[in-house]
Amino acid sequence: MIKSLGSFIGELRAVGLPVSTAEALDAAEALRVIDIADREGVREALAATLIKLPRHRAPFDVAFDVFFGNAAPAEERAEHDDTPPQGAESGVDDLIAQLAGALRSGDTAGLEAAVRRAVSRLSGFQKGRPVGGRYYLYRVMQRLEGIEEALAAGEELSGLDALLDRDDVAALLERLQAEIRREIIERLVADRGPEPVARTLREPLVEDLDLMHATRLELERVEAAVVPLARKLATRLAQRRRRGRHGRLDLRRTIRRSLAHGGALIEPQFRRPRLSKPDLVLLCDVSGSMATFARFTMQLTYAISHQFSQVRAFAFVDAVDEVTGLFGTGTDFAESMARLSSETRVVAGDGHSDYGAVFRDFAEQHGDVVTPQTTVLVTGDARTNYREDGAEVFADIAAQARSVFWLNPEARRFWDTGDSVMRKYACWCDSVDEVRTLRQLERFVEQIALPQHRPSRKLASGVLN
Amino acid sequence: MSNWSSTDDVAESLQRSGYLTDPRIAQVVFLADKLEKPILAEGPAGVGKTSLALALAQATGRRLVRLQCYEGLDEAKALYEWNYHKQLLRLQSDEGKAWHEIEGDIFTEEFLLERPLLEAIRAESAVVLLIDEVDRVEMETEALLLEVLDAFQVTIPELGTVTAKDRPIVVLTSNNTRELSEALKRRCLFLHIDYPSVEREQRILLAKVPDLPDAMATKIAKTMRSIRQLAVRKAPSVSESLDWARTLLALGVEDVDAKITVGTLEVLLKYQSDIDKASRELLEP
Ligand SMILES: Nc1ncnc2c1ncn2[C@@H]1O[C@H](COP(=O)(O)OP(=O)(O)O)[C@@H](O)[C@H]1O
Ligand SMILES: [Mg+2]
Repeated sequence: MIKSLGSFIGELRAVGLPVSTAEALDAAEALRVIDIADREGVREALAATLIKLPRHRAPFDVAFDVFFGNAAPAEERAEHDDTPPQGAESGVDDLIAQLAGALRSGDTAGLEAAVRRAVSRLSGFQKGRPVGGRYYLYRVMQRLEGIEEALAAGEELSGLDALLDRDDVAALLERLQAEIRREIIERLVADRGPEPVARTLREPLVEDLDLMHATRLELERVEAAVVPLARKLATRLAQRRRRGRHGRLDLRRTIRRSLAHGGALIEPQFRRPRLSKPDLVLLCDVSGSMATFARFTMQLTYAISHQFSQVRAFAFVDAVDEVTGLFGTGTDFAESMARLSSETRVVAGDGHSDYGAVFRDFAEQHGDVVTPQTTVLVTGDARTNYREDGAEVFADIAAQARSVFWLNPEARRFWDTGDSVMRKYACWCDSVDEVRTLRQLERFVEQIALPQHRPSRKLASGVLN
Repeated sequence: MSNWSSTDDVAESLQRSGYLTDPRIAQVVFLADKLEKPILAEGPAGVGKTSLALALAQATGRRLVRLQCYEGLDEAKALYEWNYHKQLLRLQSDEGKAWHEIEGDIFTEEFLLERPLLEAIRAESAVVLLIDEVDRVEMETEALLLEVLDAFQVTIPELGTVTAKDRPIVVLTSNNTRELSEALKRRCLFLHIDYPSVEREQRILLAKVPDLPDAMATKIAKTMRSIRQLAVRKAPSVSESLDWARTLLALGVEDVDAKITVGTLEVLLKYQSDIDKASRELLEP
């Protein structure tokens, strides 16, 4: 068991789950005190010690099924398979009836046996064949098409009962699919060993999805993960600001002071004064190439806005417009995104990015929002379409701000190629980071929280001509 | 020193205290007891995180010490502070003495205000320490918690170091409004509590709402599942489910149908937009 634990943890790390040495030791310790004959108990114990984010549970479960599943060789399973050999469609109907019966009555052992039979009969599983688990799962589910009907309650239901029954069926189908997947994984593992099977089942974690190219569905998962992360960023920014904000009474100072004034205890001394919140100005490229990413940065800002005394958000393509009101508290995020494209003027010309025009417009129309209390956060790919870059105007904006951070969602190796002029803006920023994934965003968050790691901005307004 | 012999034992003893576990909760509690590690229970509001700690105290016969977290909670309110009011009064009565004479007098037990963390450390017999809604505190306070959880030891410069005699059972809860630091998570056993399965919700309903018929408990539990799947802004939790069951009983309802559900949705849902969405789904699925 300890030996599989080592390879199991290796697999978790390969998937990208952050398992520390301390946590690995905790897991080993856990296995010593629990009942290891209880597989689901082992699963929970390992999850509790190794996994610290709910969204990491699904990839954990896949790896667990691979490394701790019932890996008896397929021949042994076949012995328990008491149905007649491959053949007539009536066999499929029988299987469906057995599966539906076991699912409906909650008969776990019966379900496992029926699933074993179904996989033997319907998957076309062949030893040594280099196909992945998804292929077999798909084949089995396709042959079991009739199961949904078999699961639905026999009688005609109406109203609430019909609705509840529909959701019952959906839940049971999900259960069935999970059981079949588990069975297939176990057969693949018996055939090839756990490591290669685990490798074929790896999927990118939410935090490793490329935000520029994420699908709508992936983006939804990203959005769910952004909110808590954004709040962490916010508390970190707040921490820098509030360091020792607490106005606690300092008794020693009070007394010493009063002794110096002849002993009258009149003037309580408090520790450290209160500082004011900074302002945040967001400048967000929402042009075609950036649209997906923009959704995400907007959501980020939306989530942290309450941590700042003032947040002003601006979106741009070839013109710039304020979008602050769209993302205030009490607004629905998806709705705001829709209004962003319909109600604001971020496109004046042909709809291709024009950084030069945008920075000029911004400086002219909104320049006064940037003050020495302002943190400016720019998100964009710095691709000018070979138009004017406006770097000198950007430099002036940066010179007025407290700090400037730029997040670029493009891979660093593409910066300054083609029409990208990242370098021209970079010298006016505290930092420029590649942020293509949530993981990179998290790293940015960590770094922004450590002031001593902040490179000082090369302040030289007007050096560029 | 352990309180339970198996996960079944955990489940039974918590059930006697009115808390229904599932295999995950039972296993994590069992492990926390064996390995003497804190539990970090995370999940949506109202799924039974706080009540797990309450039930643990009851099941083990330990006193519950509760630290309720909020934004701005600091060391003085979490650990201890000096009662400066009382100190000032003493100083006034001692007027004329030199500082080094006074100092020893006013930094003593008598002037110490003990807060929950110190209370848990200094307790005569082991306690259950509940650190509730830890995601609300700021980073400095989180760091303080981490320090305390590390050794259950505190040094008060004027009084010396105190160490807990018995390690408390510690439960931290979080609604995940923000991510906690890696260090804190690493220190804990992580327990994600989600909305209960239909079966468990049904058992909770039957345990908590006397006189509720079985069939109605089943139907309420299933209706809860369906409503939670609607992607509403604020999904109803176990607390709402219990409230709803009590409401239905009070109204003399014998069989739940779509009309009754729509008529009582305010018990389950807080936002009007959610109520509208659920009504639509219930009336024309
Ligand atoms: N497993 C359970 N067994 C018994 N009661 C429960 C359970 N889960 C939740 N409840 C009930 O639901 C309500 C909300 O629980 P609470 O612990 O306050 O939630 P949380 O702390 O997660 O917000 C309480 O009234 C509690 O009694
Ligand atoms: Mg609570």
